[in-house]
Amino acid sequence: MTANADPATAPLIELSHVSKWFGNFQALKDVSLTVQTGERIVICGPSGSGKSTLIRCINRLEEHQAGTIRVNGVELTHNLKRIDEVRRDVGMVFQQFNLFPHLTVLENCTLAPIWVRKMPKAAAEKAAMEYLDRVHIADQAKKYPGQLSGGQQQRAAIARSLCMTPKIMLFDEPTSALDPEMIAEVLEVMVDLAEGGMTMICVTHEMAFARKVADCIIFMADGEIVERAPPSAFFENPREERTKKFLSQILEH
Amino acid sequence: MARTSTVSAKPPRGAGPIAWMRDNLFSSPFNTALTLAALGLLWITVPPFINWAFINAVWSGETRDVCMAPETGACWAYIAARFDQIVYGFYEKAERWRADAVFIIGAIGIFWLATPGLRAKRAIGAFMLIAYPVISYVLLSGGLFGLDVVPSAKWGGLLLTLIVAVTGIVASLPLGILLALGRRSKLPVVRILCIGFIEFVRGVPLITILFMASNLLPLFLPEGLVFDKLLRALVAVALFSAAYMAEVVRGGLQAVPQGQYEAAASLGLGYWRMMGLIILPQALKTVMPSIVNTFIGLFKDTSLVSIIGFSDLLGIIQKGNADPEWSTPVTATTGYLFAAAIFWAFCFSMSRYSAWLERNVAGGKAGAGKT
Ligand SMILES: Nc1ncnc2c1ncn2[C@@H]1O[C@H](COP(=O)(O)OP(=O)(O)OP(=O)(O)O)[C@@H](O)[C@H]1O
Ligand SMILES: [Mg+2]
Repeated sequence: MTANADPATAPLIELSHVSKWFGNFQALKDVSLTVQTGERIVICGPSGSGKSTLIRCINRLEEHQAGTIRVNGVELTHNLKRIDEVRRDVGMVFQQFNLFPHLTVLENCTLAPIWVRKMPKAAAEKAAMEYLDRVHIADQAKKYPGQLSGGQQQRAAIARSLCMTPKIMLFDEPTSALDPEMIAEVLEVMVDLAEGGMTMICVTHEMAFARKVADCIIFMADGEIVERAPPSAFFENPREERTKKFLSQILEH
Repeated sequence: MARTSTVSAKPPRGAGPIAWMRDNLFSSPFNTALTLAALGLLWITVPPFINWAFINAVWSGETRDVCMAPETGACWAYIAARFDQIVYGFYEKAERWRADAVFIIGAIGIFWLATPGLRAKRAIGAFMLIAYPVISYVLLSGGLFGLDVVPSAKWGGLLLTLIVAVTGIVASLPLGILLALGRRSKLPVVRILCIGFIEFVRGVPLITILFMASNLLPLFLPEGLVFDKLLRALVAVALFSAAYMAEVVRGGLQAVPQGQYEAAASLGLGYWRMMGLIILPQALKTVMPSIVNTFIGLFKDTSLVSIIGFSDLLGIIQKGNADPEWSTPVTATTGYLFAAAIFWAFCFSMSRYSAWLERNVAGGKAGAGKT
């Protein structure tokens, strides 16, 4: 690891001049972003603006081609071992939950702690049950994901990530695949996490959630960060024309 | 179909076998015609077969004379007289207990592994995969612990068929998995080697590969490096089946959604753990029927080793059929029928077992996502 700066003040995530292409299409254009420990960031923007690509670069599910990304002091390069180290500390929650269907909810939660963190099984299960309790599905621990409702599955997926005791949580539209009545239960868990001091980056269009927990809201369009502002300024006083247009569209519903 | 609109606990259903037959066999004129045609066909074929194979069959006797009468059915006396050879080939009589021991350990091990709920599967599995082949090899070929040497050329019959089939089946799955993973690898060298191997083997009949292993290979390898002919055949069968298995496994890998790879990667699992714990369990489960299908095909293909001079089950029966001592008009037919029955018994058990496994093995059925 590179001990470049005082760990107390060094940003947890630091992207500088990051660009990413899919073939000839540039999905991220010179994006720079720093996230401090404990900061909660909400990213929004129209479809195809590169929101998913941006957060997927942070745990290198996508590879960036220009610029540098540092997570927790480690620069993301082709060094696979380092990437796995980084991924251990970065939890990710997907739109489609991506629970492992062949394992019970409890096994989903204990798999990585046991195999990656080398925790003893009993300790991993105990910790997993605590996290499952925190997301209110401890009673579903022995079931398979297919037997759960969408909201329960997403909460199980959040618990699975938390079991690795990550320093950062990434959320990629965690409620977009859910029926309206289940969105609230997932958001409630996320608010609880935010209030617990977790560093979070959430791609979401749940503006009420953003207003409530975000330290800062980022608006993306066409692979660029167009505007970055605290919630009050972002909603009441957006500077950019594109932000205004987007907000008027999304707040209509 | 007329359905009553009343709410009932059970779906409406006719009572008794007569109702079942009316609903299923004679529901329409076309269906009735099909039923009658099928019954007719069975009537023409089954009774003569039963007559031939059982009623008019000769069950005992010391020489071929018992089966010489013109109306004789199957000559089971011939099978009885040659039974030991059919099971052991030319394995020395006094040493056959060694083959029996291999059979018995194998049967117990397979039974143990195949029966859900029995404990210590991991230990037994490791024993069967690592120790059992070594033990079997030492027992069968001898030369150690005061056991007499029995050259592999003398192994034959069902013993040899099972050796070839089990080696092929057991080796094909791990090799096939590795080949399938290699074929999807990001490393170009690995990928090209795997694709090349798979496509070469799949484009060539097994019998050619067996000929190459038995005749061609000794020409290329330096003298002294030519290893046992049976071993060469086993390697050929294992590689052949691995190439087929690789394609089956690849189908399974493709069926696992991308999100599963991403979820596993985002937990920091690393390639081998991701594959071993997340991707392969799901992939193999989806293609389980095709895997068993490949096993069954392989089991039957083992009979091709008779063409390169081995006396496997089919080979030994062919030799017996040609033996003047038991030459009768029905000898060959009886021999082939018996060989078919044994092959069928093994293959049918595999197919039933896999069907049962599919129905009964617990596990999440629905996918993780709902979209
Ligand atoms: N694997 C890929 N191959 C090619 N193009 C891609 C790939 N992934 C994303 N893109 C393109 O990159 C752009 C940004 O995609 P991204 O998924 O980051 O958008 P997004 O902001 O998350 O949109 P959404 O709100 O629809 O999820 C899109 O135009 C998309 O078509
Ligand atoms: Mg997206």
